[in-house]
Amino acid sequence: MKKHWRILLWALWLVVAALGVHGFATRMIEGHRHAHYGSYIIWGLWVSAYIYFIGLSAGSFLLSSMIYVFGVRKLERIGRLALFTAIVTLFMALVSIWFDLGQMFRAYRMVTSPNFGSMMAWMVWLYTLYTVIMVVELWMAMRADLCRWQTEGGIKGLVGRRLAFHRGPLPPEKEKWCHHWLKVLAIVGVPLAIAFHGGVGALFSTLSARPFWHTPLMPILFLTGALVSGGGLMAFVVAAFHPERNGEEREIVSFIGRAVLGLLLFDVVLEWAEFSVPMWYGVGHEYDLLMRVLFGDFWWVFWLVHVGLGCVIPILLLTFRGECLWSVALAGLLIAVTFMTVRLNIVIPGLLDPHLQGLQNAFTDHRLVFWYVPSFFEWQVTMFVVALGSALFYLGYRFLPLTSKAATPPLLHEQSRYEPLP
Amino acid sequence: MNPNAPSPPAPPAPPESPEDFDRAAFLKAAAILTGAAAVGAVALVQGKRTRICNEPTGEATVRTLPPRPTLPVDRHADPLLRMQQELAHAVAKPVEQRHWMMVIDTRKCVGCHACTIACVAENKLPPGVVYRPVVTEEIGKFPNVALRFTPRPCMQCNAPPCTPVCPVKATWKRPDGIVAVDYDKCIGCGYCITACPYNARTRDAGEFYTEDTPVLQPYEQQPNFEYGKHWKRDGHKSPVGNARKCHFCLHRLEEGMLPQCVTTCIGRATYFGDGNDPGSLVNDLAARPNAVRLLEEKGTKPNVVYLI
Repeated sequence: MKKHWRILLWALWLVVAALGVHGFATRMIEGHRHAHYGSYIIWGLWVSAYIYFIGLSAGSFLLSSMIYVFGVRKLERIGRLALFTAIVTLFMALVSIWFDLGQMFRAYRMVTSPNFGSMMAWMVWLYTLYTVIMVVELWMAMRADLCRWQTEGGIKGLVGRRLAFHRGPLPPEKEKWCHHWLKVLAIVGVPLAIAFHGGVGALFSTLSARPFWHTPLMPILFLTGALVSGGGLMAFVVAAFHPERNGEEREIVSFIGRAVLGLLLFDVVLEWAEFSVPMWYGVGHEYDLLMRVLFGDFWWVFWLVHVGLGCVIPILLLTFRGECLWSVALAGLLIAVTFMTVRLNIVIPGLLDPHLQGLQNAFTDHRLVFWYVPSFFEWQVTMFVVALGSALFYLGYRFLPLTSKAATPPLLHEQSRYEPLP
Repeated sequence: MNPNAPSPPAPPAPPESPEDFDRAAFLKAAAILTGAAAVGAVALVQGKRTRICNEPTGEATVRTLPPRPTLPVDRHADPLLRMQQELAHAVAKPVEQRHWMMVIDTRKCVGCHACTIACVAENKLPPGVVYRPVVTEEIGKFPNVALRFTPRPCMQCNAPPCTPVCPVKATWKRPDGIVAVDYDKCIGCGYCITACPYNARTRDAGEFYTEDTPVLQPYEQQPNFEYGKHWKRDGHKSPVGNARKCHFCLHRLEEGMLPQCVTTCIGRATYFGDGNDPGSLVNDLAARPNAVRLLEEKGTKPNVVYLI
């Protein structure tokens, strides 16, 4: 990367981090006071950010599972990068939702006294399992390289010695054992990721009080959205962070690009169903809410950001410039970043408009209104999460064997490497 | 095929091929997944079957209140007197034999909002928290308007949509019908708030009405006594950050007093009592042909009845 770009990115990170730390401190000291969500619109930017990040996580995890489970040979070099991205985005999601809790330090009660009748308790337990599986998987995928790093000096050597839990080069049978269990865990992870991200959709869709969310399509929409946004993010991450950009890399990126294009088109079909069915005859509660999404004060969030930047431009780029590394990367980044608007357009409209018309006039209070725009403080806290996540990603990228060429995890079909020579 | 025919020689065992390796991995994964699914199914069934309620029942819950001298209660007496008398009878029964109900006669409601404010004063409610707003609908176009008022307490539903969603068992349906929240358990996730079609739950954001004035007024710093406990709002301490809702002034009921909104209603539009007592006023009123419930199509089976 050119020097001035590097300086610019660092400066940007510092600004975001400084604003974010201020937001974080405000959140810890003053609580929810400076947030604009209230008692009626109880969930706002942070919950949207949560489902957004968790979608990115589930998407990149499913992509990494595809590599380890189905041995998609083309993609095997990016398996660890995908796993690590999934871990970082999950962490960002959990931090986001943690800030949204009224009593942050009681979050442990989800573990100590869960109500398994509640979708939210399920979600917490499933993503705890999911975290464990991802961390173990990543460790197994990296172990051989960590052992190789032990002889090196500096932080690399320290990381190798601390994390490998083995001295000296990893014997082939142990490496084979790691890859066997890596595959087992990857297979276990697929239904888990589907259950858990579908579960996030179900968290919304099981509420009969919110007709906007109460549709059986919601969990499917969440899963497709996760694959689209996570796949887009991976296309960008691979293009931007993989150290080599030879023919094979290009092939990987354009392969992901094609997969993302297909998923995006499928997502558009689902979204068409989600909008057209309740709106067709122009009557009812959901019609009113969807009209506000399409033509209300925030029409541009849907039309310009989501449809324009998030669908039309990426579809054009992926269709006509699918072979060009940076076009695919740009399309991926656009999809991944603008997907936040889809999440906002799920969470907030679902809470607008009471069933009891006239409730908005019942009590004059800034928290008892059916109107919501995130405050700057809320954006600051989200900036904190982004700064934290990008720092974590950078640290992993620098100090973990996520991408090095020698680090290619030998997969099952490569096991002949370990067979004794005749 | 002749079973006695010599079987063809078994083919030599192939060396471990990638497919065998795959099968082993898939079988292990399948075993783990089956085990996890079984544990999950048990947890789900247990979760759905267990009734979350930490309330005592039986004789221990009988309240013997000291007799209160009052005016004679006859058919001309203020309905408040009759309801107070019925309340004393109700709390003398074990808790599971009471069933609190509220009847609101919308024809008598003048839209004074006294009940809303009395409730705020009783429970020391902060900004953003309201238990009993009076829904105000405007009919016609200004200036040719008419207003319709509908007080909206918590419906204390018989099929509450808010309690099963709580991830930490912090809210439940009591044996006397009241939907209670344990502030010490609630983590403030807001899920129950989204689950209520009546918007009857609110979250305490930790604010005070007079915090931007020269002096934080003492009345805002007084403790409240919801659920019979002493709650002083201060810093991040509960009930700050918690879901809060109307509880029919449970702490007053237990002492033989009517809910504050009932006592305050200037038009005597709100009635309260034990629906499980055939002689009670609410039992009588709730059976009237003009009785309706709000959003009945939601299937929540409210315990608040409106006379129209």
